[in-house]
Amino acid sequence: MADQSAGNSGKMVKAWTEFMGWMDERFPLTETFEYHMSKYYAPKNFNFWYYFGVLSMVVLVIQLLTGIWLTMKYSPATAFASVEYIMRDVEYGWLLRYLHSTGASAFFVVVYLHMFRGMMYGSYRKPRELLWIIGMAIFAVLIIEGFAGYLLPWGNMSFWAGQVIVSLVGAIPVIGPDLMEWVRGDFLMSDITLNRFFALHVIALPLILVMLVFVHIVALHHVGSNNPDGVEIKKHKDENGIPLDGIQFHPYYTIGHDLPAIALFLIFFCAVVFFAPEMGGYFIEKPNFEAANPLKTPEHIAPVWYYTPFYAMLRAATFPLFGIPAKFWGFVVMAGAIVIPFALPWLDRSPVKSIRYKGVLSKFMLGLFVVTFFVLGYLGTIAPSPVATLIAQIGTAIYFAYFVLMPWYTRVEKTKPVPDRITVSH
Amino acid sequence: MNSTMRKTKNLLARTALMALMIPGAAMAASTSDWPMEPMKPNLQDLPSLQNGWRLYVNYCLGCHSLAYQRYERTADDLSVPHEIALEQLVFTGQKIGEQMTNAMPEDLAKQWFGAPPPDLTMVARIRGTEWLYNYLKTFYIDDSRPFGVNNKVFPNVGMPNVMAELQGVQRSDCVQMPKLAANGGEMRDPLTGAPVTEERCGQLVVDEGTGLFTEEEFDQAVYDIVNFLYYTGEPSRLERHRTGVFVILFLVILYVFTFLLGREFQKDVK
Amino acid sequence: MSSSDPVNSSQESSQTSTPDSEPGPASIDKTGFNKQRRYFLIGATSVVGGVGVIGAAIPFVASWQPSAKARALGAPITIDISKLQPGEMLGPVPAWRGQPVFVIYRKQEAIEILEQERNDLADPNSENTEMQPGYAQNPWRSKRPEIGVYVGLCTHLGCSPKFHGEVVPEPFDPNWQGGFFCPCHGSRFDMAGRVFRGVPAPDNLPVPPYQFLSDSVIQVGVDEETA
Repeated sequence: MADQSAGNSGKMVKAWTEFMGWMDERFPLTETFEYHMSKYYAPKNFNFWYYFGVLSMVVLVIQLLTGIWLTMKYSPATAFASVEYIMRDVEYGWLLRYLHSTGASAFFVVVYLHMFRGMMYGSYRKPRELLWIIGMAIFAVLIIEGFAGYLLPWGNMSFWAGQVIVSLVGAIPVIGPDLMEWVRGDFLMSDITLNRFFALHVIALPLILVMLVFVHIVALHHVGSNNPDGVEIKKHKDENGIPLDGIQFHPYYTIGHDLPAIALFLIFFCAVVFFAPEMGGYFIEKPNFEAANPLKTPEHIAPVWYYTPFYAMLRAATFPLFGIPAKFWGFVVMAGAIVIPFALPWLDRSPVKSIRYKGVLSKFMLGLFVVTFFVLGYLGTIAPSPVATLIAQIGTAIYFAYFVLMPWYTRVEKTKPVPDRITVSH
Repeated sequence: MNSTMRKTKNLLARTALMALMIPGAAMAASTSDWPMEPMKPNLQDLPSLQNGWRLYVNYCLGCHSLAYQRYERTADDLSVPHEIALEQLVFTGQKIGEQMTNAMPEDLAKQWFGAPPPDLTMVARIRGTEWLYNYLKTFYIDDSRPFGVNNKVFPNVGMPNVMAELQGVQRSDCVQMPKLAANGGEMRDPLTGAPVTEERCGQLVVDEGTGLFTEEEFDQAVYDIVNFLYYTGEPSRLERHRTGVFVILFLVILYVFTFLLGREFQKDVK
Repeated sequence: MSSSDPVNSSQESSQTSTPDSEPGPASIDKTGFNKQRRYFLIGATSVVGGVGVIGAAIPFVASWQPSAKARALGAPITIDISKLQPGEMLGPVPAWRGQPVFVIYRKQEAIEILEQERNDLADPNSENTEMQPGYAQNPWRSKRPEIGVYVGLCTHLGCSPKFHGEVVPEPFDPNWQGGFFCPCHGSRFDMAGRVFRGVPAPDNLPVPPYQFLSDSVIQVGVDEETA
């Protein structure tokens, strides 16, 4: 009996080997798996901050799946009613919708933390400049994707927030007003506008996102992962060419590090989906339960929380400059806030990568930057007041100072000696 | 694990909490300063929801549709048999599977009320149950208004007091009220021990005997309507909570297994 | 003991085909590993994870069910047959759940033809009980011999057959006794919706649940048993 089962399993192993041989002659399956997983050597000192890349992937999958399923039921022609149709008439429609709406917020939570990790450990430094730029491109596309998706429920907040954001285009001198009309395809926000944003949201932008994510990973696996110490593990290899401080990505990071983190993340994620999907009006805003009404602006318009830092900077521009009105400068400031991080790889002149070995100035500036980002985020949710605007203006100055002054403060400060190999203590 | 990492983790946990727990709602509150009575909806209270549905159909549906909510779903969720629902709650000759619409033409409605009466399916999600509860209770006689009534919570609202026959005639008057001390207690005369009163204006008083309901009965009726509207705002709410408990429990189990498996593999890393 | 894959590496003793030459990184040391414990945890986590995947699939699968809207639109319909004349089919064709419903008024001779023994029908006695309720398992496949109610979709590929009620030679059958003919693929049905042998359609036309609300009003979609 035992011999027989051993014989059977032997046969199965043989069949499997033959099948993989057949496959590998025609498609580099084993090679690809080894290159990206089982023979991709990642530094062994990844910490908590290294969860958010894989979690971004998890959220992307959640968004793609629930998004495809929502598209089966959503109709831009009856936008608002079709969302309520999904929420009430479709079996588990409410769940698909809340997964998607919560997923949007979760996407920005994990992406912001992922970006902060990169800033902290200098993951944008040579040779990872392109990796960082691809990542920033993903972030930029994500902003537009989120905005387009935010319009689709066509509640009163969707309508007016859309109106405000599209009006930004109108701030561009000379061509602005015509351009705005062209973007809307109408003289005001209408179902024509909605239809084109629907197409962008469900086809064009997701396609670009997925391709960029793919390129991001290809670039990452080509240059290798950075780590909290910011030292290159490829400098020290054994006689087989394997980094001394590297471990196989699979299984030691896939199973050993990421899988429990994904499960833990899903607990938090589902807690929101099932018990607080509106998140007190931050994930789904209350005026959005009212159908779009072009004649009635909600009392207070605020974008969803993940845009509020940038929205606060937009509103901080309150005075004209060089004869150009404040409205245009607001647009420039906001666009600049999104564009300037692209230049990080060339702004950072420090001899070290990781914040662990940088000087006091860098640590202070990064801390200040994070605090400012939160403050701006809060200011973007509240109604403007003279004090709030002043704080937002200071915050905007700090935000840009972090980047613009970086070439200076990273060079003048005293850095700590960087170890030759990565440091791990058990 | 070294102490730096532990510190980083603590810091992150706190940051994450901050990010998730931004207090309050993003929407500005109503502008009225009327002291709101609390209203805590209860979706388990089927008699209240059924009564709320009945009252809604009788007093509200004529003007305010529930255009996203179907009779059938409502009857099933509130444990009302279909025949009874069709007989007592469907006045429009509609089928049980249809939505609770009304036949009010929008242009006429605009003429009568200044603005067409809004659909109320999700009004509890927009305004909140507390606002609705206080709004429905605070209509009072005001001859300067087109419908002869005004409202404390929604001043100058263009809606008549449809439940006046139940509530009775309510006025906004000056009444003698116990004076409150700085500590919030009622002030008493130090000699006689009699309560000290003061005249306070803008208080709501119902003319006795003018309504079909007592004050408690009317409060309950309003509570039931608002409770019902809380239900129609999100009919899947109870199902969501029930499903959520199972999902979270399952994920905790999954986490335990993945945690043990992950630790098992981490043992290899030196 | 070293391999790229720590799971398979433990099988290497029995797997002589895999050469033990693949080097592992210096940071990995598998000497302390308990094979039994590791395999148990892999198996258990896979099982729990599999349950999770199935659970997560439920809302995606269930959301393809007919929604409350579809069910409301598929609610029972009432049909007035007071104007229907013998030998005719009710027009315009009413729709139940979006499907055409054929209501025909059979003449006496048509009923007699139906009651004859036939061997050119695939299922003359309506033995496939899925195609009609119990009360329609009779030669006319209907409650009343003269009134027939059928779902007008061919059981082959779902085209809607045409009604040819007269006993006249037809291009598709010189010996035509009256019934339905599907122009898509040539399936033929008799005046009770029974399919002939030797045509593509496998089954008789379905009979929907229905009841008479009065002599001249039929309700389709509900009957005494399902109401």
